[in-house]
Amino acid sequence: MATRATDPCGRTGRKLAIFLQLTLNGLAVGCIYGLVALGFVLIYKATELVNFAQGDLLMLGAFVTFMGVVWWELDYWVAFFIAIVVVSAFGALLDATVLRRVIGQPQFAVVMLTIGLGAMFRTFASVTWGSEIYTLPTPFSGVTVIGGVTLSHQYLSIVAGTLLLCGVLYAFFTHTRIGIAMQATSQNQLAAYYMGIPVKLIFSLIWAISAGTAVVAGVLLAPVTLIDINMGLAVALKAFAAAVLGGFGSIPGALVGGIIIGLIELYAGATLPEGFKDTAPYIVLLLMLAVRPQGLFGTLARKKV
Amino acid sequence: MAEPILKVANIETYYGPIMAIRGVSCDVPHGGIVTILGANGAGKTTVLKTICGVMDPQKGSVIFEGREIQRMDPDKIMRLGIGHVPEGREVFPFLTVRENLRMGAYTRRDPDGVAQDLETVFGYFPVLKERADQRAGSLSGGEQQMLAISRALMARPRLMLLDEPSLGLSPKLVSEIFDIVVRINRERGVTILLVEQNANMALKVADFGYVLEVGRIVMADTCARLLEKEDIKEFYLGIKEQGARGQRRWKKRKTWR
Ligand SMILES: Nc1ncnc2c1ncn2[C@@H]1O[C@H](COP(=O)(O)OP(=O)(O)O)[C@@H](O)[C@H]1O
Ligand SMILES: [Mg+2]
Repeated sequence: MATRATDPCGRTGRKLAIFLQLTLNGLAVGCIYGLVALGFVLIYKATELVNFAQGDLLMLGAFVTFMGVVWWELDYWVAFFIAIVVVSAFGALLDATVLRRVIGQPQFAVVMLTIGLGAMFRTFASVTWGSEIYTLPTPFSGVTVIGGVTLSHQYLSIVAGTLLLCGVLYAFFTHTRIGIAMQATSQNQLAAYYMGIPVKLIFSLIWAISAGTAVVAGVLLAPVTLIDINMGLAVALKAFAAAVLGGFGSIPGALVGGIIIGLIELYAGATLPEGFKDTAPYIVLLLMLAVRPQGLFGTLARKKV
Repeated sequence: MAEPILKVANIETYYGPIMAIRGVSCDVPHGGIVTILGANGAGKTTVLKTICGVMDPQKGSVIFEGREIQRMDPDKIMRLGIGHVPEGREVFPFLTVRENLRMGAYTRRDPDGVAQDLETVFGYFPVLKERADQRAGSLSGGEQQMLAISRALMARPRLMLLDEPSLGLSPKLVSEIFDIVVRINRERGVTILLVEQNANMALKVADFGYVLEVGRIVMADTCARLLEKEDIKEFYLGIKEQGARGQRRWKKRKTWR
């Protein structure tokens, strides 16, 4: 299923190689969706807000890194780090100044507000960095060939980066006092107040973590899609689908949902007629919701934050 | 008499336009157990929410250890030394029992003391030790109530507010839990304000009782004397004339077990 049958030298070995390559790429793209979906879910579980500006935080992260590397000629890792810190702080500030005021307001007001904020971020980006398409030089430009399978470092770095980040977040949420307090606050806000947990600070920290996750996704994704002010839009839409697929509210669900959507997208792009690449994930989502409306990991399997 | 640890004076609390508490006053003396009795909807939970800062009163004051606390945030009031065991337990369902207890000690900075208190509450409720690594949501109602009490205790409060700890539990479990509440009061010197519909149990463990009806205190006396009052017997204990005519006046019972 992975390659066109018209291939003249269509031996199974070659088919397999292409299939494996597609799988790696799908996995990588899926990791990006998963990370952005994670951001949606973290914020939603804690505050019951859906942050439609998540994709634009990703874009801001990519641009800040680009500015560091290309304009200021900083080391890639230094620029990456600065972007995480700056955009995370911005996320926390956004919560403390704007979003805290709309907690408890009707959902559509919140949706509109975050969509509006996203539009403002894009305007800010086009004024600051221009609306062209930029390339971010990264240390991951090479390829490794193993047994006829070409593994591009761009894609490998996405998968590795996602694994690493998820490991760090998992350790943080399950083994630190403040991480467990974040879980507690997400599970029962009133009881968190009774324990003397500073709930408002916790919300801001969760926004910071979500924004930081978006930055990692944006910078890892930058070599693949290039950087422009609209790079977050398509990603956020697919990531939203991923979060719904996983059962909005489940963290493992967000990651698994992201990977499923990434794989479907890549396989569909390689085997189905033009145009299906972007539709196939939604068709699958639709079918899945018809069968299991609560999503893959919905209700019963909620555990972490 | 010495200054009470908690003094509630003439509080009025609203839900939007609805006045739920219509001028309630009560005193809780240092080291005592005080109960507020009332039927469902009388306003017991609202009184506790007003004390612990989740709701602000429109009028009146709440004075804890000589300090006005009626407009403070709940986390601040908790840090002053008021622990709250809320109605319906409100445990963190996806955290383990041990993690729940650690969250109870969130504001503390003395790990040794916390470890010691963990052992103390496991001593009070050994079943919690057995289930220490189970998710709190998987516990039975009684175990969750034990956890909620223990979690509040982990902060080393000087005053503990208990909101209907007997709700939905079997009589055996209720008396087990009340025994521990009394021990907590005697052994650790924690003052207790207990809100209950189950007058029978509450009047046995408390020293002083108030009766709340539709947002007002209608009676206040020592528990020994409350137990003798005809109204209490009839409306809260459901024992009036029982046996005399050979029938229970079940329609008048306010507490269902
Ligand atoms: N969230 C709320 N909104 C409006 N009215 C409420 C709310 N909670 C309680 N009430 C009303 O306030 C009164 C007291 O309620 P409550 O304090 O919960 O009583 P109790 O704990 O004694 O059962 C009741 O009449 C109830 O209907
Ligand atoms: Mg109540």
